Order: sequence, then structure tokens, then C-alpha cells
Amino acid sequence: MPSPQPATVAAHPVVPVGPLPRNPGGALDLDWVASLRVDRSAAERRAATLTTRRSVKQAAQAAWLLKAITLIDLTTLAGDDTPARVRRLSAKARRPVRPELLEALGMADVRITTGAVCVYHAMVPTAVAALEGSGVPVAAVSTGFPAGLTPLATRLAEIRASVEAGAEEIDVVINRHQALAGDWQALYDEIARFREACGPAHLKVILGTGDLGTLRTVARAALVAMLAGADFVKTSTGKEGVNATLPVSLTMARTVRDYAERTGVAVGFKPAGGIRTAKDALAWMILMREELGRRWLEPDLFRFGASGLLGDIERQLEHHVTGRYAALHKQPLA
Amino acid sequence: MGGIMTVRDLFETLDYGPAPEAADAARAWLSRHEGSFGHVIDGVLEDPGPDTFETIDPATGATLAVCAQGGDGDVDRAVRAARAALPAWQALGGHGRARHLYALARQVQKHARLLAVLETLDNGKPIRETRDLDVPLVARHFYHHAGWAALLEREFPGRTGVGVCGQVIPWNFPLLMLAWKVAPALAAGCTVVLKPAEYTPLSALAFAELAHQAGLPPGVLNVVTGDGRTGAALVGHEDLDKVAFTGSTEVGRVIRERTAGRGVALTLELGGKSPFLVFDDADLDAAVEGVVDAIWFNQGQVCCAGSMLLLHEPIAERFVAKLRARMETLRVGSPLDKAVDMGALVAPVQLERVRRLVQSGIDEGATCHQPSWTVPEGGLFYPPTLLTEVEPSMVVAREEIFGPVLVSMTFRTPDEAVEIANHTPYGLAASVWSDSLPLALDVAPRLQAGVVWINATNMFDAAAGFGGMKESGFGREGGREGMHAYLIDQVERSLEPYPDGALQPPAGPSELGDEAEPAADGRRAVDRTPKLYVGGKQVRPDGGTSYPVRGVDGRHLGEAGWGNRKDVRDAVEAARKASAWTKASGHGRAQVLYYLAENLDAAAPRFVERLRDLTGVDEAAARLEVDRSVERLFTYAGYADKYDGAVHAVPIRGVALAMHEPWGVVGVSAPDEAPLLAFVSLVAPLLAMGNRVVATPSPRWPLAVTDLVHLVEASDVPAGALNVVTGERDALARVLADHDEVACHWYVGSADGSADVERRSAGNLKATWVNHGLRRDWFDPAQGEGDAFLRRAVQVKNVWIPYGA
Repeated sequence: MPSPQPATVAAHPVVPVGPLPRNPGGALDLDWVASLRVDRSAAERRAATLTTRRSVKQAAQAAWLLKAITLIDLTTLAGDDTPARVRRLSAKARRPVRPELLEALGMADVRITTGAVCVYHAMVPTAVAALEGSGVPVAAVSTGFPAGLTPLATRLAEIRASVEAGAEEIDVVINRHQALAGDWQALYDEIARFREACGPAHLKVILGTGDLGTLRTVARAALVAMLAGADFVKTSTGKEGVNATLPVSLTMARTVRDYAERTGVAVGFKPAGGIRTAKDALAWMILMREELGRRWLEPDLFRFGASGLLGDIERQLEHHVTGRYAALHKQPLA
Repeated sequence: MGGIMTVRDLFETLDYGPAPEAADAARAWLSRHEGSFGHVIDGVLEDPGPDTFETIDPATGATLAVCAQGGDGDVDRAVRAARAALPAWQALGGHGRARHLYALARQVQKHARLLAVLETLDNGKPIRETRDLDVPLVARHFYHHAGWAALLEREFPGRTGVGVCGQVIPWNFPLLMLAWKVAPALAAGCTVVLKPAEYTPLSALAFAELAHQAGLPPGVLNVVTGDGRTGAALVGHEDLDKVAFTGSTEVGRVIRERTAGRGVALTLELGGKSPFLVFDDADLDAAVEGVVDAIWFNQGQVCCAGSMLLLHEPIAERFVAKLRARMETLRVGSPLDKAVDMGALVAPVQLERVRRLVQSGIDEGATCHQPSWTVPEGGLFYPPTLLTEVEPSMVVAREEIFGPVLVSMTFRTPDEAVEIANHTPYGLAASVWSDSLPLALDVAPRLQAGVVWINATNMFDAAAGFGGMKESGFGREGGREGMHAYLIDQVERSLEPYPDGALQPPAGPSELGDEAEPAADGRRAVDRTPKLYVGGKQVRPDGGTSYPVRGVDGRHLGEAGWGNRKDVRDAVEAARKASAWTKASGHGRAQVLYYLAENLDAAAPRFVERLRDLTGVDEAAARLEVDRSVERLFTYAGYADKYDGAVHAVPIRGVALAMHEPWGVVGVSAPDEAPLLAFVSLVAPLLAMGNRVVATPSPRWPLAVTDLVHLVEASDVPAGALNVVTGERDALARVLADHDEVACHWYVGSADGSADVERRSAGNLKATWVNHGLRRDWFDPAQGEGDAFLRRAVQVKNVWIPYGA
């Protein structure tokens, strides 16, 4: 008696198109946290072959790169940031691609902006004003960025102040020592407080993966952040010695997948730091498409934290249109 | 993948779109040869002649080229060319040959794209694999062996290239298998006649052309194309010194039979049904990706494919769910597309076989899981397939499918996992997934496989040996162990045949003994009947028959048991059960061998007298034989905890441990001469390395060994570790060679007996070491002991352990 063909399965967690409910978080499940396993060599092998198993060329490449732009948190986080600098950045976020290029790509009528503009708290009002009406949200880094070691009360006040100033997204950093010491309860409690302080603003939790030592700790910290209500988990501040890498991102993406499979809730992922080229962007997008699926290539579930990436993507788009290699100085400055 | 998509469409779908690799260079190469190829013999690419076959692109069905079907005459010309080229090639020396191997590695790199595309066209495997795996590994293999060539004299003293090699390779990794065969052969100073598979001859022809351009002397590498008939002609050629084959176990058996008794060195790398064990503490996502690399690599047409998924019950359901989801994201299509995971199967007959086997699995009650998408039409495509609800007794769980089909079963404990994993005639590779080092390193040595990957799969490197156990063949390719397959001891070349009449078997039980002689003082000694020694007990022969043993002067010295096939069966059974000896530490085994040596030394006068009576030697010679026997026991007691494996320098963050493992049950057929010393010389290294031995002593003069058995009994040798069956050598050897539980057989006797053992060993493809009727001087340490014995007393298992947290 031949057995019936089993029902088909979904390749990835099923997430509806359109607005998603926020991650409600859940109780800290320490058994779940403890059960996570990550084999670094295997993760590195997978990361290394993602881009050799998949290739995006020609029209597909142009389309993917345009999509990449919509996923960028265009970022300036420097001590010498000024309002003028932030206004310039915001203008670029509104119109990241030259109209003639969009025209040539048959995309003139498609709204292309970056995913957000990401600044320090002091620059939030400037950015909010500069982006008014654009639909581009302002993200503020918060909680004693980048070390995360200021008093909790200060960190919470910082979040509230940024939300009050108009930030719709708050990028917080975790206390790395809580993760390193395995004090998951403390980490969970703090992140839950951050989430509470965010109110309607979305919470992006930076793990500082370059400081966490092992991929297993990365996975555990990511899970704790999600259980505590993170809307996004993010790799790095951009200030650690090692920032976003593909193996780290693979580990976090798989933890996001695990969370979605077990809770039905889709949490976003943001690699940040060191993603500078169009080629890098494609690699991360392939990672997301393969491990989490098409739905995780929309700005509500995936962002790049980057400052220099946009310029290189513009060059590649120009090359696609003209067939000539483009100069950086011909792309409008961010 | 549909029609032309616009940027706007793709912006929504974010599909990959086509990413075709240009085939221009490969097509230009084919056109330059007008799509027609003959053999490459003595440095000349010949015209194909009248008898030809077509090689096709399995992804499209298009004919790529017409190649020559090699006949006996072609093979003969090629072997002659290789023979003629041999002296100059050997005379070139290690460094001279290293230069050539280095140039070949460079050639491969310089023409990497041509070779990769050509391979993909001819074989149907994805360009990603030929570009990123096959061709780089080929270059790596020639670089690595350029090193061995340069180091040969220093690293392998007293050993030289075995001579002219006939090599037959399969279609699944055409160029890589060429490299695995050709690189060590050339490094060792051998010349080669290579027969590529008829489905995939092109990369070998391209390589031969590149080699010619690089200045490889004519005749050193000859390529004869054709089907199985050509292969048969090659392995049957009488002027070969060595045959190396990679392919099916079925053909391997035939080759073993055809090469038997010809004095041809043989290595076989055959089929597999390699287990892929996932424990509940593994990184499951990593293991899922491991499965992809195990069975959906090269469309599953991989001899070491992890085709038997064994899942720990606690995670079985979850793992299958993850795996099914992963199958949905695999992409099957044009192998020249840079974004596909699987291309086409190599030939219609393979596709048919895969379909038939999957259907048989379904008919037997397995559940078949395939992705929801369908494979492209027009080529030999088959989707990734998982069969669950499989039982070990089903055909799909036992037969090598050689396609993208995985069968899964579950286990409860590590012991059960090992039991299921080993419960196959094959023993090529295994993959173990666990986050627990103690668990993984406990399981790996217990798996009967030549290669074990821990938390990884299908890793290959020139520095690590690859090859199988059991019916997956014998011999290793790669690493130091791989070089041995192409080298021969000078000592072995110097051996002479036995003098005429030296190998007469005893008359046997048909002849009754003479009346026993009374002792000098007239008293009659109490009868002392030598028996067989099986499972730690002295037993009477099954047939209830003894035969007289006479001294060299014809004097009747006693009677020995006339062992028969049932005695051998019982002895093998006892040896099979004596696994404690294998598990004992090297130190522990050394203690036992020292103890035996101590007891032998103490009983030396008795053995001197016995040897004098038996063989008629003078006292000094007899004393020397006893002393040498004691010495030999010391030698191997010394080696018991020192014949270490190696840690290979493979290019990963991790180690590849080349572990020396005993065969298990080994048969020994000892010669007549030096009846004590030869026996000890054969048995001691095997025991020292942890083998359990079933030995037949000198048929003519077994009494020295039956005396030794009394010492064995008194020396803490565990029951079954050493079993002794007296009787006629060749009759007992036949039973040992036929026995499927015997993993290896050492035979020292006549040329005919050697041939018979080799021929019969094809049954379970046991490894053999036979003397082809040549006589060794057991008293000479250069001939009677040392590395040659130890090397053959073990098989090398490579355990790959990548690490990182």
C-alpha cells in the first residue's frame, strides 16, 4: 500500500504581507536559552557558500540593489555630527537614487527612500524636521551607546527623551557583561524595561556581537532580547573591533527563525557595521532570503546599519544602466 | 525561472534570475578538436578511429563530442608507452618529478575555468561545484604531491614507485578522481594508463593536453577512452604493476578476481551507504546544511554521500521538519547557472535507477518527501528526495542509490546508532553531529568507515587519506597513507621463489603414523596430543582426525589436528567475539606480548630441541630461531603503544586525525620454513595492533606452534585473540579467504595459493597480503619485521574534527 504523498511544507516561517503586529515578547524560558547550539565551523561554511550557491546578475541585481537601498538605516554616529551634516544625510535619505537612474531602470514612479535615518539623540529633532512628510522614520541610538554602561535610570530617560523628540525607532545596546556572565534574567529585565520606555517606538536591540566571544552566546542573547520584546535584533554598534559578519548574522537569523517557528512572531534583523559594498549588501540579502525567506527583505523586518553602503550601490546601479564603471564623486553626497 | 523579468518585477519578487556561466572557452576547445577525440598515447592525441561513442551534456541531451572506444590494441599500445617511459621517469628523481607535478598544478589553475565548465557540461554537476570544489581540489592534489615527490627518498626510504599503473576512474568526479589517481602515481615515479568513464571522458583529455603543454614526458600519462570493455582490457593487461579503481563494488569485485595472482598491487575505492548521525545535542541547523552537502552534493552521485540519515529520537521529528523546509529552498536547474544547487544526473540509466529505487521504497512502506516545486524538463533532473518511515531491512536502506535520495531512520542510544550505522556491507564514510566532544569522539572510532567527519561532511583534502573499509574497498588516496599505495619495498622486489619441492603439502590423515619411539631410557612418555586452539581452549579437530608430523629426516614426531572448514568457522567466530583485545590499550597488549616472550625465552631449550627435530637444523640455528622469535615479540610489544597515527595538516580550523585501527579478524596462513619464527613474525604485529587472529601454522612442522600455544595459554592472551588451526595451509586458507567475517588475510605459501586467496577475497573484498610464492628470510630483520608488517596490520581511519564555538 503506497503511503500518501505528505502535505507540502513551507520553506520559511509564514508571515503575512503588510503591517505586522509587534513582538509581544514572552516569559524568559531559560531551558530554551540553554538548548541553543551553534557550531562555528559549520556556520562559517554555510556563510561562505551562501554567496557561491546564489548569484544575482543583470536586472535581478539592479532590482536587489534598489531594494537594498530601502533597507538602509542611513547612519551618522560621529562626535563631529552637526545639524547641517544631518540635514544633508536626511536629504539623501529622501532621494537616495538620482532620478535619471531610476528612469533608466523603469522605476521612476516607485518611491525609493532609505529605511530610516539613524542619529544620536541630540540630532533627532534636526532629522525629524528634515524628514517631515517623507515617511522616512528617524532612529535614535540610545542607552549609553555604544558601551551601554551608564546608569539604568539614565538609559531609560534617554529612550523616553528620544521618543519624545520624535524618534520612531530606538537602537539600544545591551550590557554585554550580562550576556558574558550568563545573567540572562538581568539582561531580560533590562531589555523589557527598554521596551516599556519605548512606548510606540520600535525597539532595536544591539547585541555587540563582536564582544560576545562565541556564536552560542550571540544566539542566546538574541533569544533573550526577543523574549524581552525586541522588535529587531541588531549585531553591532559599529564601534566594536569586529562588527557584522556573515556567520554572526546567520546565527542571529536562525535564532529569529527559531523564534518565529515557536511563537509565530516575526522579529526583524539588522546587521550593522562594516557593510560597505553593494556586494556585501547582496550577500546579506541572500542570507535573509535563504534562511528566513522573501518576507524578511522588507524594511519592517530587515535593515542594514550603514553609512558608506549607499554610495557604492549607486555606483553599481549606474554601471548597470550605462555599462561604464562609475565614480563615487558623481553620486550626490550623503 | 520564466521569461524575461523587468527590474520592476524583480524588485517585487526578489527572485534570483538566471546567472549563467559562459561556456565559450569550453566550446571553443571542443571546436578546436572538431568535437572528436582519440586516445592520448605516448604524448600524441590520436584520431578516434572507426570505433567511437558519443559523450553528451546530460542537462540538455546534446552531443558534446565523439570519442574513441578503446580496444585491446589501444590498451596494449598505451601500456607499452607507459612501460617505455618508466625508466626515464624514475631516473628523473624526486625533485625532477616534483617540478612536473608543480607545473601540472599550475596548469590546472591557469585553465581552471575551461576545466570547470567542461566538467559541468560533460557531467551535469553545477558549475559552483566544479569551480569551487573539483578544480581547486585537483590543483591542491598536484601541489601536495609535488611535495611528496620532492620528499620521497627522505620520507619513504627503501621504497620506490611500483611501476606501470592502470587506473580506472568513475564519472562522478572525473577530473578529481584523475588527480587522486595520477598525482600520487607520478609523484612515486610510476607511469600511468588512465581510463576515464565513458560518460565523462572530456576533462581527462583536456588534462592530458595541458600536461603535454606543460612538458610532461610522452608516455608518462596515457589516456585511453572507452566503456567497461576498455576498462576490462586495461585491468587485464599482463604488463601492469598496479591497478587502481574507483567505482562500484560490483566491478571492484570483478577486478579483484581478474588481478588475482598476477603480482599486481591493487587499491579499490568502491561504493558506500554512509551514515549521517544526528544526536539530540547537535546544532540542528548546521546538521541540516550538512545533509545538503552530504546527499544533495553532485546530485547524490557521491560514493561517500551521507545517504543514510540516523536521527536521535528526541529530535527526529523536528529535524525532518527542518530538513523538509530546507528542501523547498534548494534549486535544481541548468548546471551552468551559478545559482543552482543541483544539476542533472549523468545518464538516463542512472535516472531510471533512482526512480526505480524510490518507487521500491514507497512500495515497501516508506513515505516520500519531495519539494513542492518541479524540476525542469528536457534534462536528466531528479528532485531532492527524503524517504522517512524507512526500516533497515528495506532495499532503499541497504542499496547504494547513487542519487539525491536520503533515507532516514531513528535511534535511541549511541550504541544503537553505531549498530545501525555499521550494519551494512559498506564502510566508506560517516558523519557524526553532536555538540558533545566526548560523545562524538566515542562514536567516531566505533564506526566502520575509512573517513569520519564530526559536525561536517564531504570534506576532502590531498593531505588526508580517503578510502573505505569492508566492501567499500581498501587502500587510501591522499596523505602519506595514499603514497604507500604507489610504492613498493625494495626488499619485496629482491625476494626469490621457493626452491622446487619446498612447498609440498603434508600427506595428511590418509597416512598413519609410525609407532612412537620410546625415550632413550626406555620409558614411554605420556601421550601429548597437540590440539587446535580456539577461543582460548584446546579443542579436538571437528573431523576427529589427526595427521602425522615428520621431521625433515622423515622421523615421526607426533600428530597434529587435521583442521577443517568448521574448525576455521569456529575459530573465526571466537575471534569475532574477542573484541576486548581490540579495545585493550596498547600498553595492555604490550604486557601480554612481553609475557609471552618471557615464557618463550624460559622454555627456549625445549623449543630448540623441537626445532632441531622438525627442521633438522643444528643447535645454534635452532637457538637463533627461538631468540629471534623472542626478539620479534619484543619488537611488536614495543610497537603496541607506539605505532601512532598522525594529525594531518588539512586546510580547516580543526584537525584530521589519521588513526591506525586494527582490521578486526585477520587470517594468517604461515609458511613451513622457520616454523616458529615465521609464525611469530606474522602473528605478533597483528596482535600488537589489536587484531584478533586466526592462524594456520606450518602444515609440515606445526608442532613448534602447538607448543607455543601452551605458552600463549599461560601468558594472559585473552580467549579468542589468537586462534590456531593446524592442517593443510591452502585448504584452510580457502576457508579464511572465503569467510565474510575475516577482514584481512595474510598468506605465505605458493603462488597458486596466493592467487587463490586473492581471488576468493573478492567475496567480501577483504584486504590481502600474499607472497606470490616468493620466499622471505625471516631471520633478516629487513625482511622479517618492521614497518611493512605494521602498516598492513592496520587500516587508516581519518577523523575530521573542525572546531570553533
